[in-house]
Amino acid sequence: MSQFLYLYRMTAAARQEAMGTPERAQQSMQRWMKWMSDLEAKGHLKDRGQPLERTGKVVREQQAVTDGPYTEAKDLVGGYTIVEARDIDQAVELSYGCPILAGGGSVEVRPVMKMDF
Amino acid sequence: MELSEHLFRREAGRLVASLTRIFGVHNLLLAEDVVQDAFCRALEVWKVRGVPDNPAAWLMAVAKHRALDVVRRERTARTFAPELARVLESEWSLASAIDEAFTSSVIRDEQLRMMFSCCHPRLPEDAQIALVLNTLCGFGASEISRAFLTSRAAMEKRIARGKKVLANAQRLFDLSDAEFGARLSAVQRALYLLFNEGYHSGSAERTVREELCDEAIRLTMLLLDAPLTAQPDTYALAALMFLHAARLPTRLDADGDLNPLLEQDRSRWDVTLIERGRTLLEQASSGDEATPYHLEAAIAAVHAGSPSIDSTNWNAIVQLYDRLLSLRPSPVVALNRAVAIAQRDGPDTGLLAIRAIPDADRLRDYPFYPAAIGELELRRGNLESAARAFSAAVGLARNSLERRFLERRLHLAQATAHPAPPGQARRSAPARGCGSG
Repeated sequence: MSQFLYLYRMTAAARQEAMGTPERAQQSMQRWMKWMSDLEAKGHLKDRGQPLERTGKVVREQQAVTDGPYTEAKDLVGGYTIVEARDIDQAVELSYGCPILAGGGSVEVRPVMKMDF
Repeated sequence: MELSEHLFRREAGRLVASLTRIFGVHNLLLAEDVVQDAFCRALEVWKVRGVPDNPAAWLMAVAKHRALDVVRRERTARTFAPELARVLESEWSLASAIDEAFTSSVIRDEQLRMMFSCCHPRLPEDAQIALVLNTLCGFGASEISRAFLTSRAAMEKRIARGKKVLANAQRLFDLSDAEFGARLSAVQRALYLLFNEGYHSGSAERTVREELCDEAIRLTMLLLDAPLTAQPDTYALAALMFLHAARLPTRLDADGDLNPLLEQDRSRWDVTLIERGRTLLEQASSGDEATPYHLEAAIAAVHAGSPSIDSTNWNAIVQLYDRLLSLRPSPVVALNRAVAIAQRDGPDTGLLAIRAIPDADRLRDYPFYPAAIGELELRRGNLESAARAFSAAVGLARNSLERRFLERRLHLAQATAHPAPPGQARRSAPARGCGSG
């Protein structure tokens, strides 16, 4: 089994839409809970991960610190999860059920580099 | 931890009420933004960490925190609730003022004040109901428009206009105001219409309708929770809702078709709700005034207490309709009275009573007017007249539920007039139903 990082990306508009009304918020929440618990039940959930604030700083050479271009960014990383899968194909397949997709967001699937040298 | 049903919708109404207490009703949109923000945070955090043990408390903590931020950041640029101006100005009292706005007794009072504010006399009744559903019950414009058969855009406009009226009011309605009595009547009326929409509407999906009834009952119980608004007619209104809600499980048959009162399986009526309705009706009788809510509840109580159509005390029902008519003359009430007379004295007398309705022309577009005539003609064996009346009723049907019901009655009249060969008979109910229950 290999590990993969899911980065949840979403535009502000999609986020707004997913939360548009309390009933929609409820439905979004339920879909996320179901998807997560399915991953867990099948033994794919390595680390539930953390949510990320939408603000932050970007640091460059010579301590050039700027506020991140987060508010303007098309799709912001809103959080991450680490899953375990046979290969990237399976990791991608597992992400198909992620509720963020229905709301216009995306999941970036990145293999965690293996240190088996 | 499971997510309880309608958690977000329920909490939205409570949080908006508290935040509006702090920000002032003219900043209602700001209050809604804060709630929306709290929900976004909840979604992001809960989806990875799971739902906390007390999700309502979690949401409230986030909303409080945000409220504190907003007031600190904007108190020089914005005016907040005029009643709280002094305490919000000072860091000494700010946090405790915000804490207080979120205590359960204040939340209840603020929801009441919000309800009273939404029923502003400058707003038409449909706008009042839309506002109540939006700000107090957490329904979005699209959800409300589905229940009321209007477009989402039209509903958004209606809600936005209503919020403008609220914002211009500057402060939430003061419950000790001299106009309190008149405003309480408007609130009761809005809740009555909200319940009716849920109970009678054939347009929306079943679950939506049940939610409207639930919300009407919840808000009416909120009125009963506060001494000022717990008046005899509020008890009567609550009684009426419980007694009707008891019959909700049988209003539609297994195919989802309208099932008239006379054909409902009374063993499936909810006895707990009937009991609560009865108790409330007793509590409503503390004054000596009988309002239309009292009479409507009393009629519902007679039905609820009758094990069958034949054992129903139709005489009592006719008399209650007589009193209701004298209090609130209405052709629809007169029609219901005529149907009760038909049950008591037979279809001939019932038809005479229908023909005697003075302002029957106001029932021109009401499908159950010709439908009632059709039922009585059917019972008299005048099948051609019955079919004509039902056919007119089908033409007036306001939604598919009514249409299917009336078509069934029409086919019954036609099939009885020209019996089909055995085996081809249409599925139909016995020829005794009247009205839509």
